[in-house]
Amino acid sequence: MQQLIFGVLTLTSFGFFAFNLRKIAQNIHMGLPINRTDRKAERWRTMLLVALGQKKMFSRPIPALLHLALYAAFVITQIELIEILVDGLSGSHRFFQMGLGGFYTFMISFIEILSVLAFIGTLAFLARRNMLKLPRLNMKELAGWPKQDANLILIMEIVLIACIFTMNGADEAALQLKSKFGHGFLISSFVGPLFFGSIQDLHTLHLLEQVGWWGHIIMVYTFMNYLPYSKHLHIFMAFPNTFYSKLEPKGQFTNMASVTNEVKLMLDPNADPYAAPAADAVPSRFGAKDVTDLTWKNLMDAYSCTECGRCTSACPANATGKLLSPRKIMMDTRDRMVELGDFKRKNGSDSEDGKSLLGNYITEEELWACTSCNACVQECPVNIDPLSIIIDLRRFLVMEESKVPSELTGMLTNIENNGAPWQFAPTERMNWANEE
Amino acid sequence: MSIQVRTMADMMASGESPDILFWVGCAGSFDDRAKKITKALVKILNHCKVNFAVLGTEESCTGDPAKRAGNEFTFQMQALMNIELLNGYEVKKIVTACPHCFNTLKNEYPELGGNYEVIHHTQLIQDLINTGKLALADNGTFKGKKITFHDPCYLGRANDVYEAPRDLIEKLDAALVEMKRCKTNGLCCGAGGAQMFKEAEKGNKEINVERTEDAIETSANIIATGCPFCNTMMTDGVKHFEKEEDVKVMDIAELIANAADL
Repeated sequence: MQQLIFGVLTLTSFGFFAFNLRKIAQNIHMGLPINRTDRKAERWRTMLLVALGQKKMFSRPIPALLHLALYAAFVITQIELIEILVDGLSGSHRFFQMGLGGFYTFMISFIEILSVLAFIGTLAFLARRNMLKLPRLNMKELAGWPKQDANLILIMEIVLIACIFTMNGADEAALQLKSKFGHGFLISSFVGPLFFGSIQDLHTLHLLEQVGWWGHIIMVYTFMNYLPYSKHLHIFMAFPNTFYSKLEPKGQFTNMASVTNEVKLMLDPNADPYAAPAADAVPSRFGAKDVTDLTWKNLMDAYSCTECGRCTSACPANATGKLLSPRKIMMDTRDRMVELGDFKRKNGSDSEDGKSLLGNYITEEELWACTSCNACVQECPVNIDPLSIIIDLRRFLVMEESKVPSELTGMLTNIENNGAPWQFAPTERMNWANEE
Repeated sequence: MSIQVRTMADMMASGESPDILFWVGCAGSFDDRAKKITKALVKILNHCKVNFAVLGTEESCTGDPAKRAGNEFTFQMQALMNIELLNGYEVKKIVTACPHCFNTLKNEYPELGGNYEVIHHTQLIQDLINTGKLALADNGTFKGKKITFHDPCYLGRANDVYEAPRDLIEKLDAALVEMKRCKTNGLCCGAGGAQMFKEAEKGNKEINVERTEDAIETSANIIATGCPFCNTMMTDGVKHFEKEEDVKVMDIAELIANAADL
């Protein structure tokens, strides 16, 4: 009976998770194509260093170490999770113990140590968020759901760890009650007797172990299915997102090939103005108004963001009180993508809801505050590129709507008229050589 | 006194071709402060007998501020005209004292048909010193001085050039002091992304003031830069704190020209 319940629970959880992953993939595919499959070796190296190795986290060592504890515990605990799956489906008890013997004790002890470190890390993160009120974790774009989301994840992690120690601790206490010799797991052989030592009844201890076991797996399934609705999705997205990183120099902005064709026509007196443009030459619009005008990588970036705010805390515009926050740009992009994706699934892929990323989510004032300094891009621990979204939105404003701050109109006119952003005649360009 | 400098057209007419083109840039051509940087670099190039030329009146904006402002049309008009000119002169190598021109020429021209080896002037000067073509005089100009280097975003983060300018400062008889935010963490001066040409959006502080505070905190006597726009912003920042007497803002080329008695 228990095996059946476990089987159904497992299937349902993975099924629902797969259902949501499919939605995420669909949403990302709303974006425009961009080639990010070149330079494979460099891509694998970037992923190993930045996602697996967390290289960029270590620019801030203390949170990096705390984060590493949580991350390592999460990765290693998967071994125990596999055992839970085997035990749950076959009805065995600690299936790996028989084959592995002493190594099993070492392995579980190792997991337990990491779990304790993760526990400390989680508490520290909760304190940092709610008591120390770290500025970047308490900005206005985090008010409401994002803040709850962050705390909920941390609380779920605490419950998860508590379940592990209830399970292992009760098991240890029961064994010690029977034979004076337990498994010898490094932490729970002490924690078990400490919490459950007063219980002299084997049945209750077994029940407690079961509660821990079921609690653990239920939490894992809950957590897994919570991820697609949460910023915490970065634990998966960090890997593809770093693999598909921009590898060109950060200062290199994308070239708009569609513009090149038109400009060449303008510059070339022999061009045939009536020649049919290549089918792919003319985009639906210049620049981006909505998420469907961004590339799939921009959209993947949005799903990879865990709202840590390192981008925003490094942003010169944000630091001087301007409206721009690169983190908000990413959150807006994600929220708009989810909204539009849901709408299109309901009303057909050609349907439009009359809203857009620019206008309904992001304002012109935010976009014009950007100095394109790349600090946000540099800071992001999972290689998100908020700047390319900002520039694509600017391109739409300027090229489609002619909404340019008036001083910039002057600058652009000067470039077009006299080849310099200021009003100087080209004939004066060499004057410096003859001036004192 | 006029300064000795030849144009590409000039050279071509006499059947010569330079080893390197000096791309002066709009700031270097028209901005009074930046013109001094241009002249300092030309003095260094002449002193080292570098076979170089400028485009002179044929030079035109690279299109950088237009591209950052979102106007790809204006950018590509400029880029394609410049590329036609550069390719016509068969230019292979370019040096520039402006990180914005540097970034655009190096990274954004290739896709439009302009392929050149592009270096920043700090890299060229470093090379001139390392190959023994330029020697710094022991004139004590910078003795006991503290110099801090402000990383231009389009040189540093955008193109990963952090060491050439620092290497040059270390060659001076001065102490290099770093700001709390430097290299990859360097704070923008506030001019990039076409901000140079507009008022800042509403906020509670100017970015150049924030950055100048970083520099003043180091108690440096000189703020060194490698970008004419950073130079303007930092100079204004120093004025904001009324520190013009104590803190000078200078380009690396000027520091080297001084140290080499040019």
